[in-house]
Amino acid sequence: MLANYLPILLFLIVSIGLGFTLLVAGKLLSPSKPSAQKNSPYECGFEAFEDARMKFDVRYYLVAILFILFDLEIAFLFPWAIVLDDIGVFGFLAMVVFLLVLVVGFIYEWMRGALEWE
Amino acid sequence: MSLVAEDILIVLPEIIVSLMACLILVLDLYLPARLRAWTSFSLALVTLLITVLIILSNSDSNSVVGLNSLVVKDRISDLLKAGICLFSAVVFVYSRRYALERGFWRGEYVVLGLFGVVGMMIMTSAYHLLTVYIGVELLALCLYAMVGMQRDSIPASEAAMKLFVLGALASGVLLYGMSLLYGLTGTLVISEMSTEVGQIGTPGLPLILALILVVTGLLFKIGAVPFHMWVPDVYEGAPTSTTLFLAAAPKLAACAMILRLLAEGLEGLFQTWQEMLIAASLFSVVLGNVVAIAQKNIKRMLAYSAISHMGFFLLGILSGTAMGYSAALTYILIYGVITLGVFGVVLTLTRQGTEADLIEDYKGLNHQHPWLAFLMLLLMFSLAGVPPTIGFYAKLSVLQSVIDAELAWVAVIAVISAVVGAFYYLRIVKIMYFESPDTGTDIQLNCGNAQHLILSLNALVVVAAMPWIGTLAEICSQAVASIR
Repeated sequence: MLANYLPILLFLIVSIGLGFTLLVAGKLLSPSKPSAQKNSPYECGFEAFEDARMKFDVRYYLVAILFILFDLEIAFLFPWAIVLDDIGVFGFLAMVVFLLVLVVGFIYEWMRGALEWE
Repeated sequence: MSLVAEDILIVLPEIIVSLMACLILVLDLYLPARLRAWTSFSLALVTLLITVLIILSNSDSNSVVGLNSLVVKDRISDLLKAGICLFSAVVFVYSRRYALERGFWRGEYVVLGLFGVVGMMIMTSAYHLLTVYIGVELLALCLYAMVGMQRDSIPASEAAMKLFVLGALASGVLLYGMSLLYGLTGTLVISEMSTEVGQIGTPGLPLILALILVVTGLLFKIGAVPFHMWVPDVYEGAPTSTTLFLAAAPKLAACAMILRLLAEGLEGLFQTWQEMLIAASLFSVVLGNVVAIAQKNIKRMLAYSAISHMGFFLLGILSGTAMGYSAALTYILIYGVITLGVFGVVLTLTRQGTEADLIEDYKGLNHQHPWLAFLMLLLMFSLAGVPPTIGFYAKLSVLQSVIDAELAWVAVIAVISAVVGAFYYLRIVKIMYFESPDTGTDIQLNCGNAQHLILSLNALVVVAAMPWIGTLAEICSQAVASIR
């Protein structure tokens, strides 16, 4: 029973070791020329410390939500593709139905103009 | 794994309504603007009515479990699915004009309504904890969006936010209870869970915790005390058409869910959940009826009235007998019909700019619109449970079942608070008939002929159906015979 978990233990050891090695190697081998810009914390596109009550363009959220939605749904295709041989016509048709529903949603968002940045 | 025709037949109503909802969503994008509102409305109506016919024509006494024990089709599911579709069709008829005037009758509103109906039907025939959960969530997501449909209305947004946050919390609690049940019994199928729980004997602490969490989730969904806080705010804040939608049909779906989870799946823990339901039910009838007296807004008053009616509905469930379950089923169907009528009247009196949601707005309604006032009188008598309305029969049958279960003291408290409740229903009647309208107010009706006709029929049914009430009771008792 416990032996089944051996690969996980090995995986943990390797990943911790690898992370540690890379950090140490980077510290030892890389040239070090610090500057004010380099030392400031990085946050993509925004000031790291400022008033949190600022306006965001709602379009960012729209794009992000649509991306997540379709990305997650497409993720179902991978396990499906792997077991396609075993699940036969029923499994195939189930995915066709699923994709059709997805297409309805896609038509809807396209026609409603959710994909345009204007 | 393969599909057989029987499996398809079980979920045929769900398939039809979902397909039509997708079709309406796409059609709405391509049709010219002047056709849109009418097409989505008539297609939705036709879909729901055809679904009712299909359900009734496929109805038989067998109970069939299909799709790998995910769903079941029995008399309860047939009866409640037909009820849900019929009630939702009436809701669409009542709310069309209201929503059109306020500019949120878009295709999406209809589509959300239809998907909500699909969610309710899934809840009704769910025979597996996951199917139950999918149904609950599908319905809840549609309701959140429908409540918040008027984006520029502050009360509506607030109501939507409250419903969303509290609903998500309740779903989480329900899901946690289900996961504990799965851990303790090793199955998600309700009939297998019933066997497993039956073998346990004295329940341990984890099982009781799981039961508490499941009961909490269920009580929240029907809005019984102490999980009722969202009900008044949502009823008041939501557009009246959405209030109508969430006040009637979802209660039927919740009734099926409670029957399947508590009466069937957790039957072995009857003693424990009976105590919980007695407390919830009595607090609901007392608090709902007493607090409703203080309300000035009719939607808020009806929300507290809904809380007390859910208390009465729970009385039937907590008797734990076939008679009690059948009484609860009858109660919820009758309550649905009356609620549709009451909100139908409220919707008829609203027009652009006036919500007519204050009780004062009904002053002297009899002078200007005697017929509408008469309909409202019938509905109020029925809510109060005055004979010879069907509301009386509903209350009588749940109380009878409670007394047969040797819980006479529970029945006494319920009856006393029902008498308290009669006060605020009769106050509406008094305001309509014995007070003169404020000078300068002119109450106008806002409904088409079809809507007026259906509203009249709906309100008259509460008296006219009395001779056939025995048939309804018979149908309900046959339906609950399929439990266990």
